[in-house]
Amino acid sequence: MSEDVQKTDNAKGKYVLKTDRATMQFGGLKAVDGLDLAIEQGEIFGLIGPNGAGKTTVFNILTGVYEPTEGDIFVDDKLINGLKPYQISRLGVSRTFQNIRLFPSMSVLENVVTACHRHANQNMFDAIFRLPKYFRDEEEHKEFALELLEIFGLKKYAETGGTSLPYGKQRRLEIVRALATKPRILLLDEPAAGMNPSEQEDLTDLIREIRDKFDLTILLVEHNMRVVMGVCERIRVVDYGKSIAMGTPDQIKNDPKVIEAYLGD
Amino acid sequence: MNNTWIKSLIGGVIMFGLLYVVSLMMSKAGLFGFGIDDYSSRLLHFIIINIILATSLNLINGYTGQFSIGHAGFMAIGAYASAYFTVTYGTAIETAISGETGGLLSTSIVLLIAVAIGALAAAIAGLIVGIPSLRLKGDYLAIATLGFAEIIRIVILNIDAVGGATGYQVPGYANFLWIGFFAVATVVIIHNIVRSDMGRALISIREDELAAEAMGVNTTRYKVISFVISSAFAGVAGVLFAHYNKFLSTNDFQFIKSFEVIIMIVIGGMGSMTGAILGAIIVTLLPELLRQLPDITVPGLGVVKFADLRLVIFALILILTMIFRPQGLFGNREFGLSWIMRPRTAPEGTEAVGGVEGVPIAEDIKAKHLASEEDEKK
Ligand SMILES: Nc1ncnc2c1ncn2[C@@H]1O[C@H](COP(=O)(O)OP(=O)(O)OP(=O)(O)O)[C@@H](O)[C@H]1O
Ligand SMILES: [Mg+2]
Repeated sequence: MSEDVQKTDNAKGKYVLKTDRATMQFGGLKAVDGLDLAIEQGEIFGLIGPNGAGKTTVFNILTGVYEPTEGDIFVDDKLINGLKPYQISRLGVSRTFQNIRLFPSMSVLENVVTACHRHANQNMFDAIFRLPKYFRDEEEHKEFALELLEIFGLKKYAETGGTSLPYGKQRRLEIVRALATKPRILLLDEPAAGMNPSEQEDLTDLIREIRDKFDLTILLVEHNMRVVMGVCERIRVVDYGKSIAMGTPDQIKNDPKVIEAYLGD
Repeated sequence: MNNTWIKSLIGGVIMFGLLYVVSLMMSKAGLFGFGIDDYSSRLLHFIIINIILATSLNLINGYTGQFSIGHAGFMAIGAYASAYFTVTYGTAIETAISGETGGLLSTSIVLLIAVAIGALAAAIAGLIVGIPSLRLKGDYLAIATLGFAEIIRIVILNIDAVGGATGYQVPGYANFLWIGFFAVATVVIIHNIVRSDMGRALISIREDELAAEAMGVNTTRYKVISFVISSAFAGVAGVLFAHYNKFLSTNDFQFIKSFEVIIMIVIGGMGSMTGAILGAIIVTLLPELLRQLPDITVPGLGVVKFADLRLVIFALILILTMIFRPQGLFGNREFGLSWIMRPRTAPEGTEAVGGVEGVPIAEDIKAKHLASEEDEKK
């Protein structure tokens, strides 16, 4: 097993998200190849690597989009192989998408309120007969959604179409939407892509802020080194689906293997 | 909250007042001399039944985004299941209630039971068809639902107890008021579902299934629920059709009927409540109106009877609508005050990148500008 697991293997339950030799094979290609991850409660963990290294595929097997062809995945020691994405979402794992996947016809606010589904307290009959429970629930979701939008500076766009926002703001909206499911573990896939430097800086602060405010564990995939080095506490580097390095930002920056992977081919 | 209830109450009273006035006008005596002739009355009944079909199909097709084209099959199940019930037990139940037949109370009770039976039968059929079919996507789902609808029709055709190929005489329990009531109920129920947590879940499936799942929506379950509700209301439409038309033939439920309902929602705009209602009105009315086209003498061709060409013209109108408004008349918007008063600056359907007033983009450019300045200073 890899170094981050060995360190505290006896402290069971400390890892909120763990993979054990996770492998994802597409035909002849192993997009993820025997990857061990062990992410601790409350940390901001970076997953980096060159294009096509398999980072998004890791997200996809962690969230049930694909079932790993080999190896196991645990959320809080619960084996989640083969669970559907919505089931994993209900375990408190939420994500954003590298290729933004907002709900196109919905406003910014509706995008977020839709994600409140997981903790909705109304059923079909409350809705059909417009019972008090329905109104209370709707009001609660709306308030919560606006609160989240406020944090990300999107409240003033609440009624705007989600996909008509500029890219940087769409990415932030994706994070807000993911937060609306009230996750414990948040997976961010290149949240800084398409952002300008000042937005990237804001994002770095925001990631830390939401981690503290909502007691989150965050797994971050990001190409922008300023963001990665600025916010991550530990980083794992993958290349061709395999782990090639692991450590603190300073260790990673100076690791010859990492430099080679990035500058090599 | 109370506000909504009061509004609904007032709306309901007005609605039924209106239905009542229309039903009086349909009676032999008319209302203060204003009457509706039998032909128009029949058309009006069919419009209202079609509104039930269109709004219910819109739930699965328009809102959930699952392209099902088997609505006539579920309508047939509702029609035949309930008709079998009323033919067999209708009179007995009526006499048990009031000692005679034809009373308002007893016919209403029999109709209500018939509606419950039709809706339930269609819902069960929807569940059985939906679970395997909804695993399919796009064209495959369309073909599967179409196939199931035809299977249903052919099975019914071969049941002698409900008339088989000769057709089925059904007692006329459905009057205008009840048909109107169920149409209003259908519209209200579907409207309320769509604007709720469940409705958002359905729409999120239409918009992006993967993202919907990731946000915790059990997409399979919601597709099936949506399909079952949609089928149940098709069943209700079938019950009303059977007990208004007083005669059933499996020819009424051929796939052309399913297509007709599809056309209603496509014309009106998939995912628009008011669009579906308008679509139902247009598709029911237009072919009839085209009957009244005049004959015109064209030099060289002689007399052209445009009325005979009405179906061709109808098809032409549909095609032109699809070319010029592929999203339907309303897209997925609703017709209402806000639609009338919407800003007209930007052409519809082409949302400006950068939000309503272009504010976000301007701000973004400014932010970029500032950021690059900052970078330079460093
Ligand atoms: N569904 C799939 N079927 C086949 N191959 C796939 C599939 N998904 C990903 N791959 C392949 O797996 C490899 C890893 O892709 P992945 O998207 O995980 O990389 P990534 O690290 O996220 O890259 P990037 O930094 O460009 O986002 C790529 O070679 C990709 O083509
Ligand atoms: Mg990727």
